[in-house]
Amino acid sequence: MSLLTLRRNFFNVHVITTTKIYRENCLRWYIGDLASYDFIPKKYRHLSATNKFTMFCEKAVELIRELHRMGDGQLPAFNEDGIRQVLEEMKALYEQNQTDVNEAKTEGKSELIPSIKFRHSCLLRNQRCIAAYLYDRLLRIRALRWEYGSVLPTTIRFHMCAEEMEWFNQYKKSLATYMRSIGGEEGLDITQDMKPPKSLYIEVRCLKDHGEFEIDDGTVILLKKNSQHFLPRWKCEQLIRQGVLEHVIS
Amino acid sequence: MDLQSYMPVPPGIRMEENFFSLDDILLSHERLPCRTESAFPRLGFLEKSSETRDIPEMPLWLAKGLYERKRQVLSVELPKVYREEWRTVFGADPIVVDLHKMGPYYYGLGSQMLHFDSPENPEIANTILQTFIGRFRRTMDSSQNAYNEDTSALVERLDCLERSLFRAGQSGLNGFQLWEKGRSSHLTASSLVINYRKRKIADLQA
Repeated sequence: MSLLTLRRNFFNVHVITTTKIYRENCLRWYIGDLASYDFIPKKYRHLSATNKFTMFCEKAVELIRELHRMGDGQLPAFNEDGIRQVLEEMKALYEQNQTDVNEAKTEGKSELIPSIKFRHSCLLRNQRCIAAYLYDRLLRIRALRWEYGSVLPTTIRFHMCAEEMEWFNQYKKSLATYMRSIGGEEGLDITQDMKPPKSLYIEVRCLKDHGEFEIDDGTVILLKKNSQHFLPRWKCEQLIRQGVLEHVIS
Repeated sequence: MDLQSYMPVPPGIRMEENFFSLDDILLSHERLPCRTESAFPRLGFLEKSSETRDIPEMPLWLAKGLYERKRQVLSVELPKVYREEWRTVFGADPIVVDLHKMGPYYYGLGSQMLHFDSPENPEIANTILQTFIGRFRRTMDSSQNAYNEDTSALVERLDCLERSLFRAGQSGLNGFQLWEKGRSSHLTASSLVINYRKRKIADLQA
């Protein structure tokens, strides 16, 4: 790894320096030599070797921050790379711990135990972060079923991994089965009527071209931008929620 | 009221953390000053030497994982905000303090600090409680009366728990106003859909 990349990676700024001592000490810090940390300027102190504790599990928390940034429930792209890195870190930690545990047991080196506990805490932390990441994504995907309906736009579908897509399909199926089982013969669509209805028919305006639309008695309506129609509420609710139509109140 | 389809796992109550809560994970990432009483061989870290010149800072999750009542491994010190000096400040007037600057998770971190068996635990717990009681009225008032205006000045000095309360108050206020205007039966596009579209446009422009 060239020295220039080293500076960019670990200090995240282009530190233009020509002093040999500073460069040498950056390299030494990277390698892990504690004795030279004095040369690191104060504003980079938090990256110094004594705080190397935090070099573990950083990537995992990055994943969580990525989700936390979108507080309104949007689904970001699936960070496959991030998860892979965290899993690799977990594998390395686990292997180190295995060897240490064996040594501690066979040779009775109980001073290794704090390090074992340390690595174990890191493993648990990584596990928690990944589990929470995946779970929160599922909660967002579930919200998509209720907001968008059964068919998701392609842009969102690209943000999901294959397993999440599978989960979404299963969830749709469970919901549909449940809805069919309640409310008598034809079932009850519980994703409708989220707000108490005041009338059977509503006035709607089209916000974008949506093509042809068939209502219950067979008539076909052409939904062109800015056209206004008087339609049954239960047919339009889905389209209003998706932003295709707009409910007009006079 | 805006329909809530996305219901994230809320942060834990009192001294418990919710495993899946994103807020709790970020909270436990906060650093605490501490002292390591024993060495950590093979990790390349602080060797137990006579010159412990730098007190390392550990994230909360690590401190909780390594802490043992017998105190062989770790002793955790209180962060600045929970110490005697700051406690008197909070006792004098909790409203003026900028809690966001003092660590955005004041209440959460304070509750977690109680795990570490410090002799000052009862005082810390009491201070946190009294601070919350002192500030709550202001938060509630501002959230219930700031309709359709820029709330960044109000929210600036609140910590994360208070911010979520503020948001809840705002959403209640907005729902009530909509009802008063008779628009509660007005069907709207879901805010999630609108946000996705905004983001798509922003992505295309980028």
